[in-house]
Amino acid sequence: MDTARLLPLVVAVPLLGAAVLVATGRRLPRLVSDIVGCAFAAVTAATALLVLFRAGRPGPGAYPVEWVSGWRRVGIVLVGDPLGAGLAALVSLLVVAVLVYSWRYFEEPPRRHTGSFPALILVFQAGMCGFALTGDLFNAFVFFELMGVVAYALTGFRVEEPKPLQGALAFGVVNSLGGYATLLGITLLYARTGELGFAQIGRRLDTEGPDGLVLAAFVLVTTGLLVKAAAVPFHFWLPDAHAVAPTPVCMLLSGVMVELGVYGVARVYWTVFSGPGGLSHPDFTRALLVLGVLTALLGAAMCWQQRHLKRLLAFSTVAHTGLFLIGVAVLTPEGISGTALYVLGHAGVKAALFACVGVLLDRYATVDEHELFGRARELPEAGALFAVGGLALSGLPPFGSGLGKAVAEEAAGHTAAWLPALYVLVSAVTGGAVLRAGLRIFAGAGRRPRDGEEDEPETTGEEEPETGGRLRRIPVPLLAVPAALLAASLAIGVIPAVGSAVGRAGALFTDTGGYRRTVLDGHAAAAPAHPPPHWQLTGILLGLLSAALAVTLATLAVRRPARTGTAALLAPVRRLQSGHIGDYVAWLVAGTALLTVLTVPGVR
Amino acid sequence: MSARARLWVFLVGAAGFAALFAAACFDLPAFGTVPHPYGVRAVRAALSHHTANVIASVNFDLRAFDTLGEETILFSAVLGTVVLLRQARDEHRTDPEPAVVHPRVRRFALLTLPFALLVGLYVIAHGQVSPGGGFQGGVVAATALHLLYIAADYRALERVRPLALYEIGEAAGEAAYVITGLAAVLAGSAFLANVLPFGTLATLSSGGTVPVLNAAVGLEVASGVVVLLARFLDQAVEIEEPGEDGGSPRGSGDSGGNGDDERERA
Amino acid sequence: MTVLPYLVAGWIFLIGVYGLVTSRDLIHAVGCLAVTQSSTYVLLLAVGYRDGGTAPVFADAPTDSRVVDPVVQALALTDIVVGATVTALLLALVVQLRKRHGTVDPDALSELKG
Repeated sequence: MDTARLLPLVVAVPLLGAAVLVATGRRLPRLVSDIVGCAFAAVTAATALLVLFRAGRPGPGAYPVEWVSGWRRVGIVLVGDPLGAGLAALVSLLVVAVLVYSWRYFEEPPRRHTGSFPALILVFQAGMCGFALTGDLFNAFVFFELMGVVAYALTGFRVEEPKPLQGALAFGVVNSLGGYATLLGITLLYARTGELGFAQIGRRLDTEGPDGLVLAAFVLVTTGLLVKAAAVPFHFWLPDAHAVAPTPVCMLLSGVMVELGVYGVARVYWTVFSGPGGLSHPDFTRALLVLGVLTALLGAAMCWQQRHLKRLLAFSTVAHTGLFLIGVAVLTPEGISGTALYVLGHAGVKAALFACVGVLLDRYATVDEHELFGRARELPEAGALFAVGGLALSGLPPFGSGLGKAVAEEAAGHTAAWLPALYVLVSAVTGGAVLRAGLRIFAGAGRRPRDGEEDEPETTGEEEPETGGRLRRIPVPLLAVPAALLAASLAIGVIPAVGSAVGRAGALFTDTGGYRRTVLDGHAAAAPAHPPPHWQLTGILLGLLSAALAVTLATLAVRRPARTGTAALLAPVRRLQSGHIGDYVAWLVAGTALLTVLTVPGVR
Repeated sequence: MSARARLWVFLVGAAGFAALFAAACFDLPAFGTVPHPYGVRAVRAALSHHTANVIASVNFDLRAFDTLGEETILFSAVLGTVVLLRQARDEHRTDPEPAVVHPRVRRFALLTLPFALLVGLYVIAHGQVSPGGGFQGGVVAATALHLLYIAADYRALERVRPLALYEIGEAAGEAAYVITGLAAVLAGSAFLANVLPFGTLATLSSGGTVPVLNAAVGLEVASGVVVLLARFLDQAVEIEEPGEDGGSPRGSGDSGGNGDDERERA
Repeated sequence: MTVLPYLVAGWIFLIGVYGLVTSRDLIHAVGCLAVTQSSTYVLLLAVGYRDGGTAPVFADAPTDSRVVDPVVQALALTDIVVGATVTALLLALVVQLRKRHGTVDPDALSELKG
């Protein structure tokens, strides 16, 4: 079959699977519904990989473009460029991992609702794949909302507890609001250009000069995507939602959904706004760089302060999203391919870390670093995985996260010489926080940490296990899945073919003219010449440096658990994370204004 | 943040937003005179496929993929609500109380019910020729069923509402949409391509796959809305709050009131 | 004034957000979110309007009559479905939240902070 014909199937197959599960769910035993869910997810993953391999073949040649419904230039277009297809494949593979992880042990709602969890996960998969593949702005909004609706429901899945409901509600309100801002922006673009496809809007915009309307459209469209990407000051929902969502859902939210927000910003900018009628490159770089640096610093600082393990990992996701935004902000093919590698590596590592935390939760009914002190000495395998995950998160070569960090920080260094230092610092602090928690929990190292003052803003980690009861023995999938995810992350760093494929994907992604010609005129976009991203000595040294820093930070923190001045310094920042929906909404509007100020030309 | 600080953050942000949006408005083409390249192409495309209702053509032919996403949003929201409003481990069910209804209300509701149901089905079936379609008609049909709750009581509604069947109907509607799309692929066209004969403009059989997809959506929406409302009504009428929350102010009479709210919302 | 319909959309957006920011009741907040969303309906339909245009349905009208833009109307339909479903889902969360916390006041929710 023609490769392009396969593109809509990546969305259709999981939807069919979800419909089958809902129709038959009441009658199927748990085992069968798990098998059905995994099978549909796996078929989707195979389809996405097939598209990726055909689209990613090196050499000249266009990538697959499919006009759904057969309406050329009137309907909706799906574009299987290597980066989009690669993200769809990443999403699908992670969904398979998550379904295997929750295989049988994850407690689903009792009676009459068997199959609703895998069904929701399959719809989530369809939404994320559709978002990655679409070449149409309004269609992207539809998939953005689809991801959102499923994610809110999955976040609030454990209704017996109060925390998940609060987190899901904040998530739902803030993300919906961001989505509506995006739709306002889409409407403005439609009013100006009378088009909805990325390529068509971009071409039309370039026939006129930029003005207030184009700026407003950019700010509004980007607002929704940055909410999804959890950039400061749109990030408040993320820690609240990630701390409370069931572990398998956290793996997807942190591993790929947030990154899709970053992808959306990059895709929309390159295809729609990067021409002369859009937003100038320096303006975009300035705006995104400021937000990215703020996000990375704030995420790292907050990450270090957490004792609730899922919240700690959630803030590390915020920090890394900041780094991804910086990689996109520098507007070079190297920045894009470095960030893409980083996202690939990070997805495996972060999902593996969440999976390890899930094991702790199911075994001890808590994810609190202080309460778990020394208790998990009996779980050496989980401890080893957790430690490896922490090191990989800090960018240790030869993990994929390390390679991505090395390539992205080198690309960022060309824009500002101090940016590599930020990459090292942020990955060292987040990796160090994970290692600190690991040393305390799995090794009982250092002194038992003391609890802070009563009035300090802090979320502790007592929760109900997600299995029917506390686990006595750890089932194989709960450890095999994180091990496989870490191995995959390692493979991304050591297999040279991955690097060169991602390099080509980055070059094609940033070729705006080529994208528009491929989509609208059917001309083959020749991949521009490029050196493939690979390990370089500076990158290896900086990776080793941040890993060493992470270990040092963790050791120091464990040895001297006394609270230092940093905690007092950061207390006002922590108070902003108040859990109050009104606060988060106010910050969202303020963020829109900030983005406006940053993008208005002349404000330098 | 204090309420005051929150308001200040909002006001500063709102000022920026207002300036940005106003600037955009003054750059927009004047109201009513906009050239619409996509709109013109859509009208031409709809007429070439003999679909009199251009909006239905956009929704179910040109941009049928959007509508697949839209239908799935409804599908997953219903699924999500079913999961979120499930009977929690610490809750139990009570049978609904029989309710006394004024005879005139009863007569009126029973009289309107078949009429409303028919209107719903009509709107679904005529989506390609007149305003309406699967979404609109589906909601009308589902609401019609709930007139029984007004005419009699929750027990009467439960008797004509085997939820398992409606859940299957919802999934079948979703599956039918996807399968119609896949059938076009098997026929050698693009996914969701309009491969059926187009018929005569402005007749019931016109539009090719548009009426088929409309029917699929109609089935999904009608069943989905019934399931959705059932979950909210269950919360109001049947499910008792957890034992340890016994001191809560919401009694059974109050719950009935909430049920009414939901009914009005529908 | 020809920009008034557009400006109204911006006003509705901000007034809805103001309601969200100052809300003391989560059901009210979900309602405010729906208000905010109606700004997108207004803007979509305002953008699609054409002077003297009729509804884009050619059942009785001649096929060359001037019609308003059908695309934005289709988009508005999608938008409405999105809004209704999000509202339902959020209300379901509020119902459960009320049961677990005994309150719908956002100021009283304090499980997650820092």
